[in-house]
Amino acid sequence: MTLQDYLYYFILPVLTLSVILLFIRFVKGPSISDRVVSLDLHITTGIGIISIYSIINDQPTFLDIAMILALIAFLGTIAFSYYIEKKEKNE
Amino acid sequence: MNDIIIIVLSTLGTLLIFLAAVGIVKMPDLYLRISVTTKAVTLGVGLILASSAVYFNEAGVVSRVIAIILFIFLTAPIGAHMIGRASYFRGIGLWKKSVIDDLKGMYEKSTHTLKSDDKEDEIFDQ
Repeated sequence: MTLQDYLYYFILPVLTLSVILLFIRFVKGPSISDRVVSLDLHITTGIGIISIYSIINDQPTFLDIAMILALIAFLGTIAFSYYIEKKEKNE
Repeated sequence: MNDIIIIVLSTLGTLLIFLAAVGIVKMPDLYLRISVTTKAVTLGVGLILASSAVYFNEAGVVSRVIAIILFIFLTAPIGAHMIGRASYFRGIGLWKKSVIDDLKGMYEKSTHTLKSDDKEDEIFDQ
């Protein structure tokens, strides 16, 4: 059993399972803040999946996309919290 | 030898991410969920990225991985703080079994600034 097989048959299914669990919270979440937190976690887990894929396919260029996703996750969370706070102020 | 290090690092990171995913489903309260997110996922993704740095073992990839890890470590607490603060203003309550709410009555409703406790000011003045 090579390293690639281990990553493909153990690591990726567990990460997929955790994304499914996160999606349950995204659908259920009582307030919009729960959904924002869950979205942030989705993107951060996606960075991990991209990193595992770059090992399996032997392509280090995939890590550039992981960097950009980290940036987008941060900007998205900040923008969402800004507008949640604004909305509360206006009401 | 490198393979063993990669397997250990990626397994630990994956288990931490899985624990955080279980936590975000099971935790009863938004603030507890934010607490789970910030700690476990940040460490888990850091470990997985470190395993890819060990696998490629080039200066370009290692520096890129360190940049991603530093960026996540810097921004995850800031994002969690911002979303927690915004949802506190929005009035999302704590879990009903929570013991204490330290911020209760400390925020100005209109301006969203912290006001200090009067008793502490008197102690400082004396």
